[in-house]
Amino acid sequence: MTIAPKSTFVLNHRHLLGIEGLSAAEISGLLDLGEEFVALNRQVEKKQVSLRGRTQINLFFEVSTRTQSSFELAGKRLGADVMNMSTSSSSMRKGETLIDTAITLNAMHPDILVVRHHASGAVELLASKLDCSVINAGDGAHEHPTQALLDALTIRRNKGRIEGLTVAICGDILHSRVARSNIMLLNIMGARVRVVAPSTLLPPGIERFGVDVARDMREGLNGADIVMMLRLQRERMNGSFVPSVSEYFHYWGLDEKKLAYAKPDALVMHPGPMNRGVEIDSIVADGAQSLIREQVEMGVAIRMAVLEALSRNLPNA
Amino acid sequence: MMLNGPRPILFANARIVDPSRDLDIVGDLLIADGVIREAKKGIGTAGVPEGTDVVECHGKVIAPGLVDMRAFIGEPGAGHRETFASASQAAAAGGVTTVICQPDTSPAIDDPATVDFVLRRARDTAIVHIHPMAALTKGLEGKEMTEIGLLKAAGAVAFTDGDKSITNAQVMRRALTYARDFDALIVHQTEDPDLIGDGVMNEGEFAARLGLLGVPKAAETVMLERDIRMVALTNGRYHAASLTCAESLQVLGRAKHAGLKVTASASINHLTLNENDVGSYRTFFKVSPPLRAEDDRKALVEALGKGLIDVIMSDHNPQDVETKRLPFAEAEAGAIGLETMLSAGLRLVHNGEIELITLLRAMSTRPAELLGLPGGTLKAGAPADLIVIDMDVPWIVDPNELKSKCKNTPFDEARMTGRVVRTIVSGRTVYEYV
Repeated sequence: MTIAPKSTFVLNHRHLLGIEGLSAAEISGLLDLGEEFVALNRQVEKKQVSLRGRTQINLFFEVSTRTQSSFELAGKRLGADVMNMSTSSSSMRKGETLIDTAITLNAMHPDILVVRHHASGAVELLASKLDCSVINAGDGAHEHPTQALLDALTIRRNKGRIEGLTVAICGDILHSRVARSNIMLLNIMGARVRVVAPSTLLPPGIERFGVDVARDMREGLNGADIVMMLRLQRERMNGSFVPSVSEYFHYWGLDEKKLAYAKPDALVMHPGPMNRGVEIDSIVADGAQSLIREQVEMGVAIRMAVLEALSRNLPNA
Repeated sequence: MMLNGPRPILFANARIVDPSRDLDIVGDLLIADGVIREAKKGIGTAGVPEGTDVVECHGKVIAPGLVDMRAFIGEPGAGHRETFASASQAAAAGGVTTVICQPDTSPAIDDPATVDFVLRRARDTAIVHIHPMAALTKGLEGKEMTEIGLLKAAGAVAFTDGDKSITNAQVMRRALTYARDFDALIVHQTEDPDLIGDGVMNEGEFAARLGLLGVPKAAETVMLERDIRMVALTNGRYHAASLTCAESLQVLGRAKHAGLKVTASASINHLTLNENDVGSYRTFFKVSPPLRAEDDRKALVEALGKGLIDVIMSDHNPQDVETKRLPFAEAEAGAIGLETMLSAGLRLVHNGEIELITLLRAMSTRPAELLGLPGGTLKAGAPADLIVIDMDVPWIVDPNELKSKCKNTPFDEARMTGRVVRTIVSGRTVYEYV
């Protein structure tokens, strides 16, 4: 028999396009619900019925392994009919515009659309043309709300709180939607956020995001409770934004020596996929302070929570 | 090893000129154990350590050893033009105690291993200090920035693509931004290669009469203006490698007035020569950027007097006979300068165009400050890198006497007044004029 979550939290929004616009209470509601799904996901019988009859389409314009598969698993565990559409096989490749794709999909009456797109703002544009709920699974360098939520859940489970913690987000802040969503969420929840990166990987104006900015790891990691590493894309490694992998790793890669600047009980996170030996040393990635594998588990739970809480607000729910 | 070290020296009754303290007095200076003990009036022979050599200076000038911020040395790859050994001999004979070599070698000095090679090779073969600038972009291609952090840690004192300009403004922006995190100085040749085109000398009437293609001053000012905008955007630390014309000085003045971290060099050639010296296609006067008009030269000297131009460098660029004995347009640009820089500069002093202390500041104190090097001062505790100058001795530049492997000097057979007569590096005398 299935045990439904006890939380009756409803997310009173039609879409989840970003962390921006969420309140601390809403974030806590999602984390509480996610917490229950963690437990349910560890049972043999994982199937829920709350999304029975609902259609969920995962529309990924950018390749993704963990985000797409965890959304798929989350939808299926909640009983939805889940369809994956990737751009390689879709008519977008044949020249169809984003708006036309939206109109086409709308005619299929999905209830929830999960979208990832390489252009910032594209998910919001789609949402404005659709009747269903839209969840942003990452748009350009703008937002990736479910990643920030799963990171928050991971932190809360391990540290018991988010408020008052010092979180250092390190690496390619400039191109990172994960960084932007996390900065917002952590600020809303009362954490102190630092960003640590070479100046070439910091967006101008970042100091007005409510963060402290450090250019070196010793300063940036000093006293941190959480060290969150970001992926550096291969095309940015060799001379365009940073000179080389070896220099980047030397100054900004997380190894045991740099991790020692943080608190002794500091925990290490990474949204994946990791470049071992670029932004993070294997010894740290696989070490006792690493939460990286737990983040993946939280990913499924938090996406179930988002789907569940949004669907409770759908028409005829 | 101090047992074999040089004995302490007291320089008595010298004119001590120390730009780092705005000091120009008659006094004594004591060096021992490779450092300056003190420099002041009336140390006398009483208070000096036993075994001190006393040198009676008869009012000759003692100044910090010169720091030449821009000299091409052929190692690695062009040892036939100049080696660390030959360049350092030339430097010592010119009063230059620190030479900053350029990275446009073969291979380019663009990785930490090559910096290491240069430092070890210089240590083993040179008689003055040599520090390399490293390439700003890999292979000097103007595309991808080098490992600025690791190169600086290895000993590179600044970053430059030598006499090449970086045309891609985005590359320049990112390099300035990235270098800022390491407080690294970017030194840039400000010449738009498209505007240079096939030009070989200053654009104007004189070039037209010679039938030579000119290089407009705008080639320099356009690039300098762009760079200044990039510095304003990034707050990086920037040094214009070689300014030549009055228009550039206006741009530089505005940038400095705005508080930007911008400094600039002028070569000794542009401060003492002009386009007319090219005469009848004399290739030893072909330099890059080209010699400009007399008005530009005067403007440069005036800017030097005001401190607008920070640094005088030799732009030492040895070229052998095969690359110079060619029609003007086909000859290589470049002139040697390590040995003649000071004496050529003294012409400006003797003519009353600038003060001696101003000249010496631009040749020692300022470059040392910009590069974070310990020289350029006679303060107590500073390394004993210093020179003795006889302001009045007449001499003629004889190419056969020059230490450099190449003899392409624009001061060939020139009559000079005043020169270095003794050069001391880390307390050791490395050159004496007899």
